Amino acid sequence: MNLTLKVWRQSNGQSQGRFETYAAKNIIEDMSFLEMLDVVNEELMERGQEPFAFDSDCREGICGMCSLVINGIPHGGHKGTATCQLHMRHFKDGDTITIEPWRAKAFPVIKDLVTNRSAFDRIIQAGGFVSVNTGGTPDGNAIPVPKIAADAAMDAAACIGCGACVAVCKNASAMLFVAAKASHLNLLPQGQPEKDRRALKMVQQMDEEGFGNCTVTGSCEAVCPKEISLSFIAKLNRDFGVATLKGK
Amino acid sequence: MALDSKTPSGPLAQKWDKHRFDLKLVNPANKRKFEVLVVGSGLAGASAAASLAELGYKVKCFCFQDSPRRAHSIAAQGGINAAKNYQNDGDSVYRLFYDTIKGGDFRAREANVYRLAQVSVNIIDQCVAQGVPFAREYGGLLANRSFGGAQVSRTFYARGQTGQQLLLGAYQALARQISLGAVQMFPRTEMLDVVLVDGHAKGIVVRNLVTGEVSTHAGDAVVLATGGYGNAFFLSTNAKGCNVTSIWRAYKKGAFFANPCYTQIHPTCIPVSGDHQSKLTLMSESLRNDGRVWAPKRKEDCTKPPGSIPEDARDYFLERKYPSFGNLAPRDISSRAAKEACDAGHGVGPGGLGVYLDFADSIKRLGVNVIRERYGNLFDMYEKITGENAYEVPMRIYPAVHYTMGGTWVDYNLMTSVPGLFVLGEANFSDHGANRLGASALMQGLADGYFVLPYTIGHYFATSKIARPATSHAEFRKAEEGVQERINRLLASKGKRTVTSFHRELGKLLWEKCGMARNEAGLKAALKRIPEIREEFWKNLIVTGQNGGLNQSLEYAGRVADFMEFAELLCTDALHRRESCGGHFREEFQTPDGEAERDDANFSYVAAWEFQGLDKPPVLHKEPLVYEEVHMSTRSYK
Repeated sequence: MNLTLKVWRQSNGQSQGRFETYAAKNIIEDMSFLEMLDVVNEELMERGQEPFAFDSDCREGICGMCSLVINGIPHGGHKGTATCQLHMRHFKDGDTITIEPWRAKAFPVIKDLVTNRSAFDRIIQAGGFVSVNTGGTPDGNAIPVPKIAADAAMDAAACIGCGACVAVCKNASAMLFVAAKASHLNLLPQGQPEKDRRALKMVQQMDEEGFGNCTVTGSCEAVCPKEISLSFIAKLNRDFGVATLKGK
Repeated sequence: MALDSKTPSGPLAQKWDKHRFDLKLVNPANKRKFEVLVVGSGLAGASAAASLAELGYKVKCFCFQDSPRRAHSIAAQGGINAAKNYQNDGDSVYRLFYDTIKGGDFRAREANVYRLAQVSVNIIDQCVAQGVPFAREYGGLLANRSFGGAQVSRTFYARGQTGQQLLLGAYQALARQISLGAVQMFPRTEMLDVVLVDGHAKGIVVRNLVTGEVSTHAGDAVVLATGGYGNAFFLSTNAKGCNVTSIWRAYKKGAFFANPCYTQIHPTCIPVSGDHQSKLTLMSESLRNDGRVWAPKRKEDCTKPPGSIPEDARDYFLERKYPSFGNLAPRDISSRAAKEACDAGHGVGPGGLGVYLDFADSIKRLGVNVIRERYGNLFDMYEKITGENAYEVPMRIYPAVHYTMGGTWVDYNLMTSVPGLFVLGEANFSDHGANRLGASALMQGLADGYFVLPYTIGHYFATSKIARPATSHAEFRKAEEGVQERINRLLASKGKRTVTSFHRELGKLLWEKCGMARNEAGLKAALKRIPEIREEFWKNLIVTGQNGGLNQSLEYAGRVADFMEFAELLCTDALHRRESCGGHFREEFQTPDGEAERDDANFSYVAAWEFQGLDKPPVLHKEPLVYEEVHMSTRSYK
């Protein structure tokens, strides 16, 4: 199939960006979306032009590196699918596809479709961990964890930190990301000693990074490639509220 | 130079305890005077950086990804082994040790493997304490599953995302140390050379991938945990960014490279669909717990819908050939069996390069919901890529390059032949011999980072007493200029072929001549061809853009340039090892029924290669493999 691509080009964080139009020719449906972009970039390079920069690494939906807004929707709008897992069988000959970077104040553009998401790392550094040093930990079976809690924690922990939740949110809020990590740890017995501090510190850091407030529209859940549930935001709100009341 | 493994004396089970006592310590007040440069932030790198910082060392950690959480350890699916014997099924440290040594086809260092089995139990405790959400039974205790090459259930898992959860555990420990100021993190930063001062590794040269700036960092020791070299084959299950650069540069600075020919081909990957393919996707080995591997007995059935092929016309070749392990035969053996079936014309799917992995019996026995709970995410992944529903039609699988057992030679302390340079995880050669068992990579990465290096690095500091140089030292300037010169040379490449086209050509050659099966004529042909491709690469390459700023074409060109050199060493090692063992299968050396034929009399050693210059053959150093405890037997899974 032959497609038209409108791709966001921006030399660096300081410069003005613009859309440029490219033709993607002889694309076959078994290609992944990123392989289609590889084909277009190869052709650009063969003509001596600079390819457009985009992030990707594992290309199997787990590293969270890929981050494209495709036709207005982060990761392209297929349920539980990251950009790298999107295949060209979902497109048809003659389609025009618009490709943009994540857009949020806290994720500044580095170049073209590549953004800086280190704000997420700083949120984890603020409290997204259990404070245990290596060694001296009790036997793995010393503390039973109810299966239901372990499963719920795993549901939250599945977050890949891609930032699609922020990119889709009209407020560029990072609540789903923060809630996923805080809930993962706060649901487990190992996370209890730091539960209050974790909720407070992570939310505080999120605010400092310039992410917007959550108005629970649910668009984050809809585009999340790991289908992280909105209910974790409710849990974070409760943990945050309790911690605030305790004045910790 | 003598190759001293520094393996402690004494009974196997007491070596590590004895060694830990013999290692010199650095007192807590002095630890903060030492600075460690850790390159790589996967399981091995992140766990090492966090653990060293907790001990009080100053740490700088570097990764090329935009966040340490994205290192490729994250993609490991199936699980992590540990000799906990929670299932009461006869497991023990000794059994995990024995299975690993046997799985590695008796080509690993005995004392290292025993230590790995010993610390495996601590890893699980550590990860649970960090909040890793391992699968649990209804009573709240940890669940296990079985994996290839073992007859006990010792694999701990977090759905099909075990690597992700273990990495996030290590990443969070690292994040905590960053917040405490004990670790300084450098994401989007690629290491391009190691700096030696007076023969010791005392620094690195890095390039900031966002600004293009090249800079140097000095440390008291350098730790490389940068993963394997599977991407030399172009198509592999590795992430796109995985590369050999850091350990290749270390090799060129004198760190011996061991056993590069031991490459693991994973049996259960999604088959190639066309020339556009940029990478291959693994389906976890855990699927073989409930899936049955088969190919049509009659060639004419290969194009028919699998459901229409009757039971007696199917060849369940793993169950037939290896009845005691069946579908859970180790990876090297299962991969070769699939290749044999396809080579004999019984392959299915595009190009006849695939066999079936069928869940119909398990779905009938356990119900679709149980299968969905166990493997749902893998079935979803398969459907996204192929457009097929594996609950209804069998999956098609084919082997693909997955892991590399070879790597930088290290002694028992994980130190290379360059003092002060340590290599951890997949990047080193140490624990898996000629073949790695499933769920052992995560175990080794975390063992090295959490429980081995933190002890052994202190001994180096306490005994070497060489002060950390300033980055103004002449060796730093020299290394930095070398890096800059190479970058300039790449940027000046205004030829006609893209980096990808060269990488694809090299990869195809390696897959054909040095892949699942190798022979003398093929390896010699590859060794003749590689320098020709490399020459063309430097003459006819296109690199676009400038150095100042993000330039992915330049990054990629630099990595492929190193693969172009590395490929020759890979084939040299494969040619020299005139035996078949584990992942290294030489067609000339096989039993009448097609099994690998090892030659213990002549090849029971680690082959460690020393760089002599690109135009000269490397020098081979041998570390004899001495087995004090186990008896080297012919590996049988029948």
